[in-house]
Amino acid sequence: MVGLIGKKIGMTQVFTEDGKVVPVTLIQAGPCRVVNTKSLERDGYIAIQLGFEKLKDKKLNKPMAGYFKKFDSQAFRYLHEFRLKTLEDIELQDEFRVDLFQENEIVDVVGTSKGRGFAGVMKRHNFHGFKASHGVHESYRGGGSIGQCATPARVHKGKKMPGHYGVDRVTLQNLRVVKVDVENSLIMVKGAIPGHRNSIVYIKKAK
Amino acid sequence: MDILQTVTKDLLRTDLPEFRVGDSVKVHYKIKEGAKERIQVFQGIVLQKRGAGMSKTFTVRKISNGVGVERIFPQHTPLIDKLEVIRFGRVRRAKLFYLRTARGKRAKIQEKKHYNKKK
Repeated sequence: MVGLIGKKIGMTQVFTEDGKVVPVTLIQAGPCRVVNTKSLERDGYIAIQLGFEKLKDKKLNKPMAGYFKKFDSQAFRYLHEFRLKTLEDIELQDEFRVDLFQENEIVDVVGTSKGRGFAGVMKRHNFHGFKASHGVHESYRGGGSIGQCATPARVHKGKKMPGHYGVDRVTLQNLRVVKVDVENSLIMVKGAIPGHRNSIVYIKKAK
Repeated sequence: MDILQTVTKDLLRTDLPEFRVGDSVKVHYKIKEGAKERIQVFQGIVLQKRGAGMSKTFTVRKISNGVGVERIFPQHTPLIDKLEVIRFGRVRRAKLFYLRTARGKRAKIQEKKHYNKKK
């Protein structure tokens, strides 16, 4: 399924005709060009590689410059593959724009979530912590016991504990497209999407 | 943020007259009951304005049958049919929350006279 590479711009809100407020995220999506294709015979899977955000040639390092030259393509800052069923009707240098999507269509958005660093269990796993009063001391945000005693004499695998949180690939499914602006390559989807502003997201039609 | 502003620029309502905190306004608000639509008028003093861009709202307070009633309107909602400024108030605060507890003379707002209305 062909998708688009985009950049999260930010959130705002719009009104429906009957005055309801819809929270929306604005994404700068495309235009993306086909840089490379992957075929079943050569690569073992079928996909197209799209490039997003044109780049000046002098900003490229030599390996990447050679890569783009090999396919006679413009230089792009971001490359991403989208798996397809067939490569029919697709040629190198084909351009995909935001008119791939229509209003009220349902899409999936893939992004990289905001990094929170080393986070405690309350932030990372939504634990409740402890009460701020009633005799609790020195463990208001702790996770409590992490297991039993002599049996099993170890901590179970997968026990939710503090650690690094965020900077994960996150897919949000079934977001409704509120508005498509082909001229400026902008797309509005309902609700929040993962990542900070200017982070790269991938938009696909929902399965 | 620039792109966000240009995108929402056309959605903002520019037909409403300029009004400030302390002004007395009449808000003609569309209300849908099933298929029927009617217009309700809410008249009171603008207590506060908050937010920016599309999410800007304002609060109007009135005394209804001796009970204070406050209503928050999104400034750019299509449901505001009309907004009239009845009286320009002279206030020295951006938020008039003191009106909630004020009684008698303290609850009055002086009228701003010789006020040049901007076109």
